This record gives sequence, structure tokens and C-alpha cells, in this order.
Amino acid sequence: MATDINPAPTSPKIVSPELMFTATKHSRKRQLTENVARGVFFAMTLLMILPLILIVVYLFVKAAPILSLEFFFSNPAKGMRAGGIWAPLLGTIYIVIISLLVSAPIGVLAAVYLNEYARESWFTRIINLAVVNLAGVPSIVHALFGVGAFVYFARMGRSVLAASLTLAIMTLPVIIASTKEALGAVPMAFREACWNTGATRWQTIRGIVLPNSISGILTGVILQVSRAAGETAPIMFTGAVFFKAISEGDVFAYGLLDRFMALSMHLYQLSTQVPGVPEALEYGTAVVLLGAVLMVNALAIVLRVYLRSRQRW
Amino acid sequence: MSPDKKQSKSYSVETRQLNLWYGDFQALINVSVKVVDGLITGLIGPSGCGKTTLLRCFNRVNERYGNVTTTGEVEILGKNIYDADVSLPELRKNVGMVFQRPNPLPISVYENIIFGLRVHSERRIRKRSDTDNIVETALREVHLWDDLKDQLKVKATTLQLEQQQKLCIARLLPLKPRVILMDEPCSALDAKGTRTVEELMLELAGQYTILIVTHNMAQARRVSNECIFMLLGEIIEHSHTEDLFLTPQNSKTADYIEGRYG
Repeated sequence: MATDINPAPTSPKIVSPELMFTATKHSRKRQLTENVARGVFFAMTLLMILPLILIVVYLFVKAAPILSLEFFFSNPAKGMRAGGIWAPLLGTIYIVIISLLVSAPIGVLAAVYLNEYARESWFTRIINLAVVNLAGVPSIVHALFGVGAFVYFARMGRSVLAASLTLAIMTLPVIIASTKEALGAVPMAFREACWNTGATRWQTIRGIVLPNSISGILTGVILQVSRAAGETAPIMFTGAVFFKAISEGDVFAYGLLDRFMALSMHLYQLSTQVPGVPEALEYGTAVVLLGAVLMVNALAIVLRVYLRSRQRW
Repeated sequence: MSPDKKQSKSYSVETRQLNLWYGDFQALINVSVKVVDGLITGLIGPSGCGKTTLLRCFNRVNERYGNVTTTGEVEILGKNIYDADVSLPELRKNVGMVFQRPNPLPISVYENIIFGLRVHSERRIRKRSDTDNIVETALREVHLWDDLKDQLKVKATTLQLEQQQKLCIARLLPLKPRVILMDEPCSALDAKGTRTVEELMLELAGQYTILIVTHNMAQARRVSNECIFMLLGEIIEHSHTEDLFLTPQNSKTADYIEGRYG
């Protein structure tokens, strides 16, 4: 018989049954560590939530006096020291919509290609690496690219179009990355099942892969809406201006090649460039920006929950 | 069928000098094998010996898994499927596959059954009464009709595993395949599920040529008419199942079926 390579561990001390389940010194110490760990994690969570709540409450309290329908539908006036936010609000809506009209289809379709069609090769590896890295590039870099490529080279000048395209370039890699992730979450077994009935790749994508990843794809796209709405740097050099009067209440007030106002830029100007701005005006602008971002994110969550409830495997 | 033809066996799958590489790794080495039409042929061998790879060659679905190089010939019903004029969708329609883990699509039972037809029909919408019949026939063939006739709208992924696997078999039938490839179809099922799927296979044999990869040698003995033993990408032995298990010609086969490795 071969030697025993795996000898049984020495048997623990035999304890009498009435002592068997009582805490020992060691188990009391473990319980203490457990309590400390839980306490630390909880404290950190609290530390994270508190400032968030404070910021939101503070902003709303400060902005309360000015928040009214009129605030939304009137242009800034008296050298930015009075009036509302109509021009910047409309500008932000314009650039967000136009930039997503460009980046969402390109990004989603490119991600489908990379995830469903492209074979693993050095070329696709480089593309994937580039996408991930581009997603992490600071927005000011995208801004400079936008100035060079759209404002000067493509001769769009500083305009809604140039700024939107710059934002599109900025959001594109993130949309590609999040879409790829959503597609990757669809089990391979579903694709195999389709292929083995003779479905082409497109039939597989159309019939099974997209319906089961659409919630993740949309979430990724919508989150980029709030990012595009909140960025200042990319639009600062590519078309956003200090002031531009447009007709109040007219949703088609900006042309594609017009300069425009935007909320994020407006807030920056109010708080740094103009002396004597009533506090409520600044905070009102901030609340609208925050509210818009929160609403868009909430929409993303609702949409995801709704679409998830229809996909179950 | 003329008596002549009955004498000489007809083969539905035939490979000649089939070699296959995943990148630099050679997974199949000079595989030449003939699979008799209408019978159940078992593929046995230790993990990683190329059983599944060989199976996947028969509908060329291997090519969807990345860097694959194939040389040699695979004839299905006398036609080399590596010829340039072979359409992959048509090939896969005729050579269906059942997987180790049941993989019904995340759509209703009804839609699962007619998924293949929808994929292959030019007209977008078929008549409802037609598809109703097709679904009923397919489910009856796999003995699921009585269980599922009131649950046709249920999402197939919520069924029991055994029902899912039978559904995956039923899903192939409306396409009228000639060959059904089964990659360890029972390994995710319990004893009862295994028995019913095996019974189903025995009923389907004759209409379809069935190739089954299995790790379960008792299963290979129960269901297969012929058996192929593979080792490290090569065919070691191919004969009637009974002969292979009772009087193996190769000592490696004997070692494997007696459980000395694998």
C-alpha cells in the first residue's frame, strides 16, 4: 500500500455536549471583528450619502424663490442679472439631441459589429483597446479635437453642429463600450441555438440578441445624455457663447450653424464671470441642470426595469 | 428500396482525411469515418478527444467559433459540405444540433418550434393554422404535446430541464433535418429525464440519422447501433456497439471502456 499522502487532521478536543455550542474566546473575537467591519462599511455609506442629500437640499432651498414657469421660458436679461434660462435650456436640449442622433446609431451598430461579427484578431484587439482608452480621455481633449476638426477643418465655425459633433465624439466610445457589455451579457447558448437552425448572424441578432440586450443598450445610451448635458469643456470652444437672445417659447430658435447658449456654460459664466448676479439665479440654473440629469437617469432606470421584466431566462 | 440497396449500407455522413486545427492546436487528425444512414451512432472518448469538434464539423458550425482551419472532406448524403456552392443556412437546416445544456430560446414554446421555419421562409408571416399544425406535430413527436398544449405561450426558458431538452429536439423537426447531432444531450438531466430522452432518440432513429456524443458508456450501449471511440483527435475504433464493448479490437478502447482512464 502506498504511504498516506493526505493524513487526516488531528482530531479536535472532545468537548462535553453542554459546552459544545457556547462561545469560546476565539469566536467572541471573531464576532467583535465582524461588528467592527459592518460598522465601518455602514459609516462610509453614510458619509457618501450625506453630502449628496445636503447638496440637493441646499440647491433647492437656495433656488426656491426663483423657480417658476417664467424662469424656464424667459431669456436671461439685464446682463445676466435677471430673467430666466430659456436660451441656455433650449441650447442644451439641441446639442444633446443632435449629438445622440449621431453617436447612438454609430456607436450601437459598431458595437454590434465588434461583438457579433468581428473575429478575434490583433486588429479587433487594437480597436477594443482604443475604445476603452478613448472612453477615459478627458473631455477637454475632445474639445480641442472638435475645434480642429469641426470648427476649422470642416468650416462649421463655432456652432450648434460643431458642438454637437464634438459631444458625439466624446460619447461614442462609452456607448460602444456599454453596448458591447450589454451584448456580451446575452448567453452564448442562445446564439448557438440560432446558428444551428441555420439562422444567419443578422437573423440571430435581430431575433434574439437585440431583444435581450436592448435594456442594457438603452441604459448606456441614456446615461450619455446626462453626460453630454453636463459637460462644459467640449462646447466652450466649439459654439457655446456667453449670451445670445432668442425668441422666447420658440423651440426652433437655433439654426444648426448658429452659436448658442447652454446650461452648463451658462452656470459657469454666472458663477465666475458676472459680478452681482442674484444668488437664486445661479442656484436656479444649477437645479434645472441637476433636475434634468436626474430625470434622464431616472428614465434610464425605469426603462431598464420595464424592459428587464420582459426578458427572463 | 431495391433489395440490392438494402444489402449495401448507405451512409449519410462520410469523412475523408478530415483534419482540423484551432489556431496551432490540431484537434482532429486524419478522421475518416462512415456513419450509417438511419442509425444511432455513438461517439465516445475522454474529454478533449475531439468528439464535439467532430460533431460540429458536420454542420460546419465550428467556423463560428473563431480561428478554425479544416482540411479533408465531409460528405453529407453524398455531397461534400466544404464545396464552394454549399449554403451554410441550408446545411444547418438539414443537419440540426442538440446541446449538452438545453438551450431553448428566450421566447415562447410556440415561437421556439417555428423559429427555424421563420428563419428559412421567405414570406414573413405564415398562416396561423399552418403553424398551429406544425407546432402540434412537432410537440407530439417528442411527447410534449399533452404537457404543454395549454402552455404554448409560456416562455420556454421557464420549463423544466427535461421539457426544455425535448423542446430543443422538437425545434429541429419542422425543418425536416436528415441528420441530428446530439452533444451529450442527457448530461444535464436526471435519471428519468435521461430515460425519456433516450426513448425519444430510439423512436426518432430510422427517420433521422442520429449522432450522439456521450460520456456515459452505459448510455452508449443502450441507445447506439454503432459506436466510435476517439482518443486525442483520432478515431481508434469504429464498429457495432456490441462488438466494441464486448470484443474491443484495440487495447486503448478496452482500457477506456473498462474505466482505466477517461
